[in-house]
Amino acid sequence: MSNPVSEKTSLIANLRGRLEGVNLRQNGIFIALVALIAFFGATTPNAASLTPDNWSNLVVQNGYILVLAIGMVMVIIAGHIDLSVGSLAAYIGAVAGVLVVRPLEQDGWDWLPALPWWAGILGAILVGALVGVWQGFWVAYVGIPAFIVTLAGMLLFRGMALMTLQNSNIGPFPDEFRAIGNGFLDKDNAFGSALGIPADYNAMALIVTAIGVVALLLQALRQRAGRIKYGQPVEPRVWFYVKLVALSAMIVYVGIQLAKANGIPLTLILLVFLIVVYTIVMNKTTFGRHIYAIGGNIHAAMLSGINVRRVNFWLFVNMGALAAISGVLIAARMNSAVPKAGDGFELDAISSVFIGGAAVQGGVGTVAGSMVGGMIQGVLANGMNLNSVGIDSQMTVKGLVLLLAVAFDVWSKNRK
Amino acid sequence: MTQNILEMKSITKVFPGVRALDDVSLTVARGEIHAICGENGAGKSTLMKVLSGVYPHGTYEGDIVYENETQSFKNIRDSEAKGIVIIHQELALSPHLSIAENIFLNNEIKRFGLIDWNKTGVEAQTLMARVGLVEKPDTKISEIGVGKQQLVEIAKALSKRVKLLILDEPTAALNDEDSAHLLDLLRHLKGQGISCIIISHKLNEIASIADKTTIIRDGKTIETLDMKKDAVTQERIIKGMVGREMDNRYPTHTSNVGEEIFRVENWTAHHPEDKNRVVVDGVNLNVRKGEIVGLAGIMGAGRTEFARSLFGKSWGSHITGKAFVNGKEADVSNIRAAIKSGLAYATEDRKRFGLNLLDDIRRNITIASLDKFVKSGLVDDNKEFTVASEYRKSMNIKAPSVLSIVGKLSGGNQQKVVLSQWINVDPEVLILDEPTRGIDVGAKYEIYTIIQRLADEGKGVIVISSELPELLGICDRIYAIAEGRITGEVTKDKATPELLMKYMTAEKGTK
Repeated sequence: MSNPVSEKTSLIANLRGRLEGVNLRQNGIFIALVALIAFFGATTPNAASLTPDNWSNLVVQNGYILVLAIGMVMVIIAGHIDLSVGSLAAYIGAVAGVLVVRPLEQDGWDWLPALPWWAGILGAILVGALVGVWQGFWVAYVGIPAFIVTLAGMLLFRGMALMTLQNSNIGPFPDEFRAIGNGFLDKDNAFGSALGIPADYNAMALIVTAIGVVALLLQALRQRAGRIKYGQPVEPRVWFYVKLVALSAMIVYVGIQLAKANGIPLTLILLVFLIVVYTIVMNKTTFGRHIYAIGGNIHAAMLSGINVRRVNFWLFVNMGALAAISGVLIAARMNSAVPKAGDGFELDAISSVFIGGAAVQGGVGTVAGSMVGGMIQGVLANGMNLNSVGIDSQMTVKGLVLLLAVAFDVWSKNRK
Repeated sequence: MTQNILEMKSITKVFPGVRALDDVSLTVARGEIHAICGENGAGKSTLMKVLSGVYPHGTYEGDIVYENETQSFKNIRDSEAKGIVIIHQELALSPHLSIAENIFLNNEIKRFGLIDWNKTGVEAQTLMARVGLVEKPDTKISEIGVGKQQLVEIAKALSKRVKLLILDEPTAALNDEDSAHLLDLLRHLKGQGISCIIISHKLNEIASIADKTTIIRDGKTIETLDMKKDAVTQERIIKGMVGREMDNRYPTHTSNVGEEIFRVENWTAHHPEDKNRVVVDGVNLNVRKGEIVGLAGIMGAGRTEFARSLFGKSWGSHITGKAFVNGKEADVSNIRAAIKSGLAYATEDRKRFGLNLLDDIRRNITIASLDKFVKSGLVDDNKEFTVASEYRKSMNIKAPSVLSIVGKLSGGNQQKVVLSQWINVDPEVLILDEPTRGIDVGAKYEIYTIIQRLADEGKGVIVISSELPELLGICDRIYAIAEGRITGEVTKDKATPELLMKYMTAEKGTK
């Protein structure tokens, strides 16, 4: 007769052995996100949170926060903070409005014609980067803490937004401009009907989803094979495949939902592009590695020959450009540049980063984690709205989630 | 009532793996100035921490008899309540508070529960007069020099009705004039019946002020010298401090010394905050290919300051002088340029200045030479892993893999990561600042082997250390530095601990 107790303990030991090398924190918040989605699927009336249109909304309503969070996580890893991005997004929306719509005749810039939508967007991003030059100069070369510089920026850029808009709104934007915030890839399913696919599903969305999943699978397998070839330790095989299949299934599910709605939002395409680019920047370029090194130990980074000032400077230029993209998305979505745009968004972005596992002292954090952190907030807000939870309770819950997520981090760190 | 204020009897203090104090005894008579001498790491500070209650009663063996009573201090408050006050080398003053506020910090004069500022000012003035400090009581600490700050510390001690004053290296950061004033003050306090224990490396000071000197070496009391009776010379004290047998703690090695690879001419640097204070004073030295050159000096002599001012001017202000690598003048205007010129500097404080403790071994090893791993714009992490794994093997870094987090390694293994980081830069000259500080004997031996291997590869190596046996054990040539100046240069065959200690404690004007 075998002893059931020892069998059980050996099973746990076995499991624990297999789970070694699994990043509990990163996987933990991903599981939390899935659980949250399931929870609202079960509690909202008629599973309203899982309808195709709601999935579509979820993406476009959170896109601009997630774009901010990409820049924010980099700033926070380096040990800084940026409180100005919400105001900056508003200012950039105003700049885009002036450039593209040109409603203000009395401002002395009459000679400048309204720019085509694409030139307006490029111009707006350029202005965002220039604002980043301004902030980067004060932080990196004068040595003023980013908290102060960007707190000043928060007021400054809000003021500039008000001045640029002369206390009114600018709109409407041209259709091409609006599409960035509201548009879909092949919304009318012209491509699908040409192929003879039923109009219930957007064919382009299905194809793009399939391409995305295949690319993800290939990349994951290639990376794992490379690591094994060079003798690097990798995640246990079972865990790797379970994770990959689960992730692919989720993407396919969301893709099908979006296909049932209007197709893939252009915002999502932009977002995925930025996530991929910045994940590579943070993991595989010297710039990204220098950011981690500075956040981990600034003195050691300096003595390793890293030009700390230059890295800090470009961090803020980059943040400015990303805040500008976010500002364009907001203006496009609202079809109007308004002075109050982006109010409090900096705090949502910062929360996303910390829920996503970044350390307050710097040196730790990932782009992917911050995206999941941002989605947790987005799904929470969306689900509570559908459940008709009041704004008062919503804020309370949001606050507690942030606190508990970071408390979990501290707890798991101390336990080791 | 005996005439002894303090008797520490057979004190033994054990840290995990180290016997820091082994049967140490110390007797201080009432109204005596008692000096404690010993090399860095001999156990002086540990002994004072036992006395002042930093290490509470029960964590050590032996007895402390103070004022004829056996004491069991649980913390510093206990010992201060009995009149034992310790002043550390790094002063414990709050820079943005005034002199008066600092003197009465945590000992405030209160009336009806509120601070009585009038009385505080008056009392502070009295105490300041006693220590000869001429300043307004409401002057901020940050506005007065280190010498005067030291006086504030003593005034603070007096406010606590000190009977036994302990000073840890009180003159290390002071100029000659301030030092002289401080020593006068100690004599004056002695006249008022205050006993004093002074830890110092400056032997001429000890010779002039101490009544008795106790020498500690390797955690043991060697002897207590009566400075009046025994006619003690500095040589006599040095002999007691260094008189240990050399054994085979150092791997045998014959250097194959070639041409000059590195030369520094007239290198001078000033303190970054106090721009009038010369910390590195016209240093000249040279290193040849395959040579291990030692730089001996006590703490505060300007060793680290010299190295860091040289390495891309990462310390100091108004830096002048020239550096030559392979005969060509080297650009060391910033750290990147210095690295490019062929210099590498491994810091004495690896946790603060050397490592990203949050990251893994691999990325710490590659961070200073990351450009070598870039392929078409992207860092090749497989190559990083391979190279780092090679170092793990060749340097014997004990960790399950190079993906282990550096913060969790032992000191010796962390040091090996720091060395790997700089070796991978492939420099011509490596400056290793206290490469074996805080690591155990076995790891030290390994580090020495690595240093010798680097020399054999034709690099020039400068080893900075305050442990003389270490320098004598591994160096081909040793420079001594004191008060920022090179005070002597000896080759391996002529070097003795006594000779070096004499150079290291040489004062300005003597040679």
